[in-house]
Amino acid sequence: MKIYVPLDSAAVALGADDVAAAITAEAARRGLTVEVVRNGSRGMVWLEPLVEVVTDAGRTGFGPLTLTDVPGLFGDLASHPKALGPVEDLPWMKGQTRLTFARVGVIDPLSLAEYEAQGGLVGLRRAQAMDKAAIVAEVTESGLRGRGGAGFPTGIKWKTVSEAPGAQKYIVCNADEGDSATFADRMLMEGDPFTLIEGMAIAGLACGANKGFVYIRSEYPVAIRVMEAAVELAREAGLLGPTFDMEIRVGAGAYVCGEETSLLNSLEGKRGVVRAKPPLPALEGFMGKPTVVNNVISLASVPVIMAKGAAHYKDFGLGRSRGTIPLQIAGNVRFGGLYECAFGLTLGQIVDDIAGGTATGRPVKAVQVGGPLGAYHPRSEFNTPFGYEEFAGQGGLIGHAGLTVFDDTADMLKQARFAMEFCAIESCGKCTPCRIGAVRGTETIDRIAKGDADAIPLLTDLCNTMKSGSLCALGGFTPYPVMSALTHFPDDFAPMKEAAE
Amino acid sequence: MLDSADTTDRISEILEAHSGLEGPLLPILHAVQEAFGHVPQAAVPQIAKALNLSKAEVHGVVTFYHDFREAPAGRHVLKLCRAEACQAMGADRVAGAVKAALGIDWHETTPDGRVTLEPVFCLGLCACGPAAMVDGRLVGRCDEGIVAEVAK
Repeated sequence: MKIYVPLDSAAVALGADDVAAAITAEAARRGLTVEVVRNGSRGMVWLEPLVEVVTDAGRTGFGPLTLTDVPGLFGDLASHPKALGPVEDLPWMKGQTRLTFARVGVIDPLSLAEYEAQGGLVGLRRAQAMDKAAIVAEVTESGLRGRGGAGFPTGIKWKTVSEAPGAQKYIVCNADEGDSATFADRMLMEGDPFTLIEGMAIAGLACGANKGFVYIRSEYPVAIRVMEAAVELAREAGLLGPTFDMEIRVGAGAYVCGEETSLLNSLEGKRGVVRAKPPLPALEGFMGKPTVVNNVISLASVPVIMAKGAAHYKDFGLGRSRGTIPLQIAGNVRFGGLYECAFGLTLGQIVDDIAGGTATGRPVKAVQVGGPLGAYHPRSEFNTPFGYEEFAGQGGLIGHAGLTVFDDTADMLKQARFAMEFCAIESCGKCTPCRIGAVRGTETIDRIAKGDADAIPLLTDLCNTMKSGSLCALGGFTPYPVMSALTHFPDDFAPMKEAAE
Repeated sequence: MLDSADTTDRISEILEAHSGLEGPLLPILHAVQEAFGHVPQAAVPQIAKALNLSKAEVHGVVTFYHDFREAPAGRHVLKLCRAEACQAMGADRVAGAVKAALGIDWHETTPDGRVTLEPVFCLGLCACGPAAMVDGRLVGRCDEGIVAEVAK
């Protein structure tokens, strides 16, 4: 008997470790031999812990599983109260196009044999037979853009590093996924770490780099543990070695280190202060050497592009947003989790159809797309298709593709204030608009809250200064949530205005 | 409690273990905090000397990052997520109730040294908020009842 119990953080936070222990104990009590495999999550967080039992009909799901449901797994499975049927047939799974996340939740994350059996290493083997320029050309042709949020074409970044002079170059993976509503990096690293390793090894070949770093935030203990174990296994198997080796580094709780130059400073052992660009990290990055800095999902999308070809990947998507995007649906939602699909679904389809509206059952008031630096979108913008340019056109951004849903009890003035407060807490302090602007922004919103209508134009002006005068996206994008809240939800700011009159 | 000679020796071991790394300061500070529960003041000049940095530079790094403590925490550390996805599920209300129950604010430790309460900005549990971490253990969909977990 083989049973899968996720080791994914979300599953663990909802009791998966206890369920796994109970299954082992129950099997021992019954004198049965059970193989418990700790897999990644399928991404259906509302069903976690989602346990899968291997049957003749395939992998049958049970969830959300509690300890009292465990003995039933050893009885008649069809009549189990938490039976969901074959996991692959669930509507959430069937609606997706899983390219980057094809193996997440399916395989034992630390089995290189299963990784290979499910299509792993095909891309790396193909890359090994190609020259540097051909690999770069393939990635460029795929249309892959930085999935961390900036959306810069990955191939062009690689080309710059590949052609830069210098004997020592580096591949740095940005796994400092600090945006609220984002957990795709975490799920990928926990559920299919070899994909990231393979992507980095391909990047190393393409750019002539023999050393890589994965900078993982300290808030992700499970991802750190799995990645460290996977790197060790990859080294033992000869996947990593003198040609390309890598190290896992752990951040220390600074949100701004998700910004690439700040991350490089942190990696060098310095304060995570933002660097002015130019020079670009591609030319002067880690230790002043040419460095690729890519997000987890960007790098993890490379193996499938190399394995199936650029054209296959490029066929998905819309406009200049090619391929698939792992949507992370979070906050107050009925069905929350990770849903990988081609670009192009509208915000409304995602929130109403896939996420099923709010968990509280109340109307959706706003959806923040792209993390703490993303805009709050009202229902009137629900026809916006999910793509880089499409969201930029609505005064927003898709960022790392996280969506936070709020019901009608949300106070948008409070959300705007939080955006400023967060920026003030996390500012690295290098540039004035961010360091001082965020503090003044919080104070100005407090004035509005107390009924001072004159503070509203002041806030707008301050947001313009921060937007155009900040060195990086932290100060530069904090105006997105603030101004979108003010623009789309004036009523939340209005009672105070009336009070002043 | 280690005396000062033991402290120096332990830090020397940590410095030695990290000697081959490029940019070793963060891994060293993590290891020191792991060993002592915080980064002792005494460690700063010793680390600075070994890495050929000024004491001010090392102090600057220690104080830049939220993770590094300059004093030991309470016996339990309770981290509550304050980020937007958890807010959408009532994290502010939970935090208010927890603060009231413990009688402390963010970054404070109860007078009996039992609990330190800290904010965290995202544990990646955004589809099962409000999220918390109790002594390194992840908890999803938490409520004010989480206080009972640090009652011992």
